[in-house]
Order: sequence, then C-alpha cells, then structure tokens
Amino acid sequence: MSDAMHDFTLTVNGQAYAIRVEARRTLADALREDCGLTGTHLGCEHGVCGACTVLMDGQPVRACLLFAVQAEGRAIRTVEGLAEGGALNPLQRAFAENHALQCGYCTPGFLMLGTAILETDPSISDEALVEALSSNLCRCTGYANIARAIRAAADAMSTEGAT
Amino acid sequence: MTATPATTRLVGRDVPRVEDAALIRGRGRFVDDIAPPGLLHAAFLRSPHAHAAIARIDAEAARALPGVHAVFTLADLAPYLTDTRLVVALPSPAYRQELHRPVLAQTEVVHVGEAVAVVVAESRHLAEDAAALVEVEYDPLPPVADCVAALEAGAPTAHRDASSNLAAELVLEYGAVDAVFATAPHRFAERLSVHRGGSHSIECRGVVARPDPLEDRLTVWSSTQTPHTAHRLLCDLLGLEERAIRVITPDVGGGFGPKLIFYPEEVVVALAARLLGRPVKWIEDRSEHFVATTQERDQSWDVELATDNEGRILGLRGTLVHDHGAWTARGVNIPQGAVSAMPLAYVVPTFRMAMKVAVTNKVPTTPVRGAGQPQGVFAMERLLDKAARGLGIDRAEIRRRNLVPGERMPYATPLKTRGGMQVVLDSGDYPRCQSMALEGADWAGFPERQRAARAQGRYLGIGIANYVEGTGRGPFEHVSVRIEPSGRIVVATGAAAMGQSTHTMLAQLVAEQLGGDMSRVQVIAGDTAAAPMGIGGSNSRQAVLAGSSAHVAATRVREKVLHVAATMLEAAEGDLEIEGDAVQVKGVPEMKVTLAAVARAVAGTPGFAIPGGRGPGLGASEEVVIDAMAYANGTAVAEVEVDAETGGVTINNLVFAHDCGNALHPRIVDGQLMGGIAHGIGNALFEHMRYDEEAQPTSTTLADYLLVTATEMPPVRILHMHSPTPLNPLGIKGVGEAGVIPVPAAIASAIEDALSPFGVRIAQVPLSPVDLLALIDPQASGSAA
Ligand code: FES
Ligand code: FES
Repeated sequence: MSDAMHDFTLTVNGQAYAIRVEARRTLADALREDCGLTGTHLGCEHGVCGACTVLMDGQPVRACLLFAVQAEGRAIRTVEGLAEGGALNPLQRAFAENHALQCGYCTPGFLMLGTAILETDPSISDEALVEALSSNLCRCTGYANIARAIRAAADAMSTEGAT
Repeated sequence: MTATPATTRLVGRDVPRVEDAALIRGRGRFVDDIAPPGLLHAAFLRSPHAHAAIARIDAEAARALPGVHAVFTLADLAPYLTDTRLVVALPSPAYRQELHRPVLAQTEVVHVGEAVAVVVAESRHLAEDAAALVEVEYDPLPPVADCVAALEAGAPTAHRDASSNLAAELVLEYGAVDAVFATAPHRFAERLSVHRGGSHSIECRGVVARPDPLEDRLTVWSSTQTPHTAHRLLCDLLGLEERAIRVITPDVGGGFGPKLIFYPEEVVVALAARLLGRPVKWIEDRSEHFVATTQERDQSWDVELATDNEGRILGLRGTLVHDHGAWTARGVNIPQGAVSAMPLAYVVPTFRMAMKVAVTNKVPTTPVRGAGQPQGVFAMERLLDKAARGLGIDRAEIRRRNLVPGERMPYATPLKTRGGMQVVLDSGDYPRCQSMALEGADWAGFPERQRAARAQGRYLGIGIANYVEGTGRGPFEHVSVRIEPSGRIVVATGAAAMGQSTHTMLAQLVAEQLGGDMSRVQVIAGDTAAAPMGIGGSNSRQAVLAGSSAHVAATRVREKVLHVAATMLEAAEGDLEIEGDAVQVKGVPEMKVTLAAVARAVAGTPGFAIPGGRGPGLGASEEVVIDAMAYANGTAVAEVEVDAETGGVTINNLVFAHDCGNALHPRIVDGQLMGGIAHGIGNALFEHMRYDEEAQPTSTTLADYLLVTATEMPPVRILHMHSPTPLNPLGIKGVGEAGVIPVPAAIASAIEDALSPFGVRIAQVPLSPVDLLALIDPQASGSAA
C-alpha cells in the first residue's frame, strides 16, 4: 500500500517532466495528474475502450494499462502535441471538417490511433482502416465519420507531400 | 417562418462546430479535468450483495489509515440533510409503493453496487484502499432477479418490509378493444422479451464540489444532463438557499439518458466537501458504471393484434411487465413510453395495454437513448410481421395499409401523453417516407438477391420497421441573449450540452439574427449561475425548446439593435442590416455603427435619456412554451446475412429514411442519427446486461458487455424528408434519439426473414450467435439445404 516513490523523467511531446510517483501509478494518471496533460481520457481503465490511447515510441498503447515507470526513457506523444506551433495538423482539421467527434471524449484516443495509422501505413486500405479503428470505442458517432476523417487526412498529406 | 438555406446564412448549413477547436486539441474541460487546489478524492463502498440486511458497519480501521480525511455513513451525514432519501419520482397515479432511494444504504442493501459509505482521502488510491478496510456485516436476504417471477404469488420481496414487488401499474386504453377482438377475423399473438442495457457514454459520471468561504458558496461540477434539477435537489437536501450553491455542467462525454438522473453521489460529494471544508472529487469508473448508473434492462410483452382480411388493424391489446430495479430513480416513463410508441405510426382504432412495473434487486432503470420506444416499436413491428405472414401479405404492404396517411395530418390520436395532453401527430407523410426507404434499399429486388444467395447456401434476409417519436418535450427551455458593451454576444441557457452540438446550434441561431459571425457569440450552457431556470437535456428536446427560445430572443434583440441604430445613424430601420460587428446602411457599409457602440448607447448615462426610447440594454430572455410534442418519423430497412453454422449476423446494408422537419445543421443531424443507429445495432445484437439468478451482475466490463465497434457498422444510407412542424418557429423536430428506435426491430425482422427456411421466429433482442444457433433447428436445416 505505502509503495515506495519513484523519481524519474517522463518525456511527453518532446518535453521532459520530472515526476515522483508510486510504482502503481498508471501512465494515464501520471500524464493527467502529474504532467497536467488532461487531454488523455479514461473510459474504462481496463484496456478496452482506447480513450487513453497515446503513442509510445510511435506505437499506440493503452495508457491505462501501462505503469508510468514503464514509460521511463520512452518518447510519449499525446493529443496536446498534435497541433504544430498552435496550428491544427491535417488530422485534427479533418476530424472537425468531417464531424468525426460529437462529445469529444473518445477523440484524443482516436486522434492518436489515427496518427499512428497515418505514420505507419498512409495508404492503408479501407478495410484495414476499419479493422484498425475497431480497437477504440465511440458511443456518439457510429464511426463512419472517424474513418472518413482519417482517410481525408491521408489524402491531404499525400497531396501536400506530392506538391 | 421556416428556416431554409435559401434564405439563411447559417441556419440549415453545415457550419463548423464551435465545440471542436478545444476538443481536438485535448483542451476540453471534462469533470475529471477539474482539479482545484487542496482537492480530496472520494471512493464509495458498494454492496456486494443483491439483497441483504446491514447488521453493522465498522469504519474505524479505515478512518485510522494515514491520508484518510473521513469515512461517512448515512448516520454521519443524516444530521446535515433535510431528508435522507432522494425524492425524484415524476408524478404519476400509477405507483403502488414509494421507492425513494436513500442517500446511502443504512439498514438494508437492495442491489449490487448500492452505495453504503464514502471514504474521502488524499488520493483515489488511498480512498479505495481505505474503503476495503470498512467492515460491513451483511445478513443476506433472498434476492429478486427476474421481473416476471417477481410478480408471482409467494415471490420473495426485493425490499424486506414490502408486501409485494409491484412498484406501479397502469393501463393505456381507448375504444372497445375486447369487443373488436371477439369478432375480428384474424388475431395474431406474440410473447416477446426485449432487453436493453445501459447508456455507456465513454465518459462515466463524476462530481467535483468546492466550498468557497470567500463567496460563501458551494460550486458543484457534475457530468449531469440536468444541472438545474441537481441545483434544486442539492439546495433542498442541504437546506441551503439557491444562491449558496452553483451547479456547473462542464464538457460532458456523452449522456444518453442516465446522466439526467440525480444520483446519491452528487449529494454525498457536495456534503462531504462542506463538512471537510475542502474540494472533493468523485469519478465513477467503468465497473461502478455497470452497477451504479441507471440502465433500461428487461421487458416481457404479451401482445395481440386483430386485423381484417386485408390486414387492416382493428385492435391491439396486451400486457407488459417492466423491470424497475430496486428504486424509483425517475418514474414509470420507460414502460409508458414503450407502450405509447407502439401504435403511434399506424391507425389503430382500439387499444389496451396493461403495464406492471416490478421491483427487482438490480440497479434502478431509467431512460436510455430512445426511452422505451425501441421496445414498443419492436413489439408492434413483430406483430405486423406475424400478421403479414399469416395473411400472405408483403411485410411492407401491410405497413403501408396501416400507416397514418399524409392527408390526415394533423392526426389527433386517442392517446394521451404522460402529462395528460392529447397526442396529435402534427406533420409528415409516413407512407411516403416508407416508400423512400424501400426504394433506397431495393426492397422490390430483394427476393431475387435472396434466391441467388440461397442457391449458394447463404442466408440473406431483409427487414423493415417504422417509428414515430414524440420529440421536444416541453414545457420550455430558458435562453437569454445579450449584446455586451464589448459588442460580444452572450447566450445563456438552461439547456445542457453532452455532445449534441448544443453550443453550435445556439450560436448558429443567434448569429443568424445578429450579424452572421458565430465567433462573436459565446454560449454558456449548464451553469445555474448564468441561467435562472432550466430543464436540461432529455427527450430530444434541446434544439426544439432551447432553439426556439434562442431564435425568438435573438429576433427581439435584433429588432432593438436596428431601432436604436436607426436613431444613431439617422436612417430608416428598414434600410439597416447587421453585418459582423456592426449595423450598417444596406449597400453603404461606410455608414455604420458598431454593435459595441449601440450597446454602450443604451447602457445608460446618469441624467441622460436612453436613445431609441425602448428602454436600456440589448438583451432579451425567453422561455418559449411549447407543450405539444413534435412528432418525427422514419423507416429503417436492414439487409442481413446470417451464418447458419455460427449464428453470426452481418448487416450488409441499412437504409434509414426519416423526417425531422427542417434541419438546423444537416451534418449534425446525420451524426446524431448515426450514433443512434450504432446504439440500435448494439441493442439488436450485442448489448446484454447480464445477471445471474442471485441478481449478481455478470457483465461488468466492456469485454463482457459488447459495444459496437467500427467493424460492426454496416454501410448506412440516410434519406431525408422535411415536413416542418407548425409547433415551433423553426419547424424542427428532435433527432437525438431517432436513430436507435426502429433499428432493433428492423434487424430482428431481417434475421427472421433470413432464417425462414429453418422456421425460426424472432421474439427477443438482443440476439447473440448462441441465441440464434439455439433457434436454428438443425433438422430443418438439413431438409432445406
Ligand atoms: S481507459 Fe484505457 S482502454 Fe479504456
Ligand atoms: S464523440 Fe462521444 S464518445 Fe466519441
């Protein structure tokens, strides 16, 4: 119960956060409470809903299932890091333009999942995209607009890249 | 007036949502994001028993744990409460016993998850550790797990001192239904069991309460759909004047019904904060959500339809048993809504449904998106399929013959609402809407598709369901519109936002009248300090009620702005227009006066007259009263393939034709419908809140209780009709719940059609693969193949 405290540095969106937490502190709680990055949400705390999805060394992970100490020395990225210099990135813009969010609670998780998809497989097939999205839950949108937004972002990025 | 894109610049158009900018940056402010300095954390100790007497509670060990600030039981809190029960039941003569739930259980627990004590500590972890140290001695009592068995003679009672498990009974009837049945040429009976689970917004519930000694006020942030109701109940229970409490609904991560209820946790957290003089936060986790947030669950229907030889409905009668759960957390509105929805789309000359509401040792039931209507529609549509089969009439055709025809609008039904008002279907053309859906789904071409698939050993089916939904439940919603001396426009409302784009909707309507720039409009929703009264989010009502008030208030402000500006510019009012931040002479944009200047001119200077002669300020506040509900309608057609080996169902296509009057924002309308449709698919195939015979919940994670994911979503085509309602100035009908209502019925119909070679009859939802395999008779399969 009275776990020893651990002092270490979390690197989030390229910024170092010196934190002091119990071993049982999850990465999600550390991001939200110790780093003040409340964009990462919790929907189930048992690894199903994906609301807590962040990127660790480029891979989407469930921040509710990882302990903060496991993220030491890794590069964590969260929704707060997406807007480059304050300007929305193409994926964020596509979410707004395609009405891919309603309450917005699942959105940070889907944005991070989408970021990983765009970075690893920008020409992903429609089927594979839907398959990949099935790892996260949204109760508001019925998903179609989320898939549409990620596709639109991929298209925007490929034309941007081509010009 | 009717708002159409031809004559408007914002209303009726897909303008960018004002909510999105913060949410896509991770800068939303949900209740768990609120962390005032000095914050303490609460954890609730909950009953592990479905039914037990509490012999003793010993919290000494928990209180002694370092970092624990308090452990409260009801005995500790009672001296500071005016009532130890939450008296929240909607009025109804139907109740047969009072079931007001306690703030915390004291002598008896009646469902798993009922809160018994609260621990407040330095951290949530500590609070949970301490809760595990609270010793409660329970004497188990016999549980009531099933709503039908609950009403049998000799059943144990869910509350040990109750004389029965009958919470309420009511009958909805008109016409000489028994006489009609006695002579009807055809009668079709069904016994149906319809289950709906929870709402499962991705954000669970949460409360933060912060006492402010400087202002002598308690601020409570709650993820509630009804902040003004919460405010009233908190003031009542804590014995405080209205000014002493402020309730704020921050960003809410989905509501879908259960967040409109006032919960024990809200008052306990508020009181704990007062007693400790520190801010206190409680955030529900998902496992608590399964056992402490209200849900809908079980209904058992015995229903019978009488028709003539052409399939025209002569009468409809039956009984319904509804699972009420252990307490009255809202009322009898789910069974009432279910039964009322049953005949609504059709001409039903005689009708009687007798409802019994049964107490069980489970979480209380209250409306979830659709509020009983999906069940009522399921019952009606199952009967129509059976009648079609019995009479050899096409399923769509029997519906067409019975739908209320467009030329009979407005159609006064013999039904009454829960408030005793006559149900008048105000507008629409239901048969035309059904034709649109049939055409969109190529209903006529389906038999050929089915034959071709069967030749390959595949089982395709098509199904149809109609609904009519009463939307925009009155009486009103408060909205005030004010132009500040800065020229900015502030809109405050009693409506509450939980993801349905309420801010966008109000900003759109107000900016339409006041310059066309939504970025100049600030909307404050869900703050009892900003709006003196409010009803909040439920019954697909906010666009209808708050939208109408916003439109009328903004129109009044516009008139005043133009009048004052005319004096200032020495121009005729009719020559002026509001453009962006200024009023200008049409065609002469140099001749203008800013909104800020107009606002300042009428802000008043001591000793000087107010220009314009219409009194001070540029504000208007409205509560447009609309008692009658606006009836929206629609038709869903689902095409499925069932794997007869595995029982797996694939929805190949879903067409949803609907009429919600004018659309304020077409893309948001589609979004609301898609979310509802996804929820309806979940209700048809996946979502099952399971309990065992001891009333122990057995589906308490999202791995056991399945929500629809991206892979289960079929291609969906939404088709629109626009019959504006005359009941509100915008001509709109609500759309927040529509999607869910006909979908389970349409899917059930399609599955039955697909499995017709096996003689399968569908009389329940949800339908898991295991359920379907049990229904498929392997012998019949062999002979059909
Ligand atoms: S909160 Fe981490 S998966 Fe749900
Ligand atoms: S937008 Fe509300 S849960 Fe996805």
